[in-house]
Amino acid sequence: MLVRYFASLREQLGCDSEQINSSATSVEQLITELSQRGELWQQLLANNNRLQIAVNQAIARRSSPLQPEDEVAFFPPVTGG
Amino acid sequence: MSTPVTIRIQAEDFDVSTELKQLSTHDRTIGALVSFVGLVRDINEGQSIQAMALEHYPGMTEKALHEIAQEAQQRWPLQGITIIHRIGDLMPSDQIVLVITASRHRHAAFESADFLMDFLKSKAPFWKKENTPEGSRWVDARESDEIALARWNNSHTL
Repeated sequence: MLVRYFASLREQLGCDSEQINSSATSVEQLITELSQRGELWQQLLANNNRLQIAVNQAIARRSSPLQPEDEVAFFPPVTGG
Repeated sequence: MSTPVTIRIQAEDFDVSTELKQLSTHDRTIGALVSFVGLVRDINEGQSIQAMALEHYPGMTEKALHEIAQEAQQRWPLQGITIIHRIGDLMPSDQIVLVITASRHRHAAFESADFLMDFLKSKAPFWKKENTPEGSRWVDARESDEIALARWNNSHTL
């Protein structure tokens, strides 16, 4: 699974993308898994109610299902235009 | 004939009159062109802005903009759409975004350009980081952008 982080999230987590072996079958499960890395991850992913999610480059939710080869992205609310 | 849609994400500046001409010359039934140009301001939330950096999500950005353009075509009779968004480092007064809509009549062109900008601001994965005298900061999403988007949910279209 390819996991990508953008903007402030990328900076705060110090990671722009990573390939992980995850058995998560939903975004929620992936978030729970990543949040076990520490307080910062928990705060920015699990406990972040403004967290935006994309699966395979389409907007998704915490309840969205995941496949092992999916591309998942986490980012803050967008500010373009 | 399908509506010509041009979507570009680029670091370079764009020329509005070139883009207007490009969109309108192919079709003599076009009676209205509306363009919106967004510029980098030199002040935001009381802080002066020295420069700005724009990050995006390559791949998803193009996909999101194509979906937004498709949605506009379903709502209004359009003869063309151009969306150009710049990325990278920008300075105050630089052009940052261009939306052009072409239609037979002005109302569809005006309304769809407004709609495209509202959707772009809330749905396309771009993020702004500003340089201020006190350091750099990520721009916060505005609630007003969500409210602007919500007004399209129930509104009737032409």
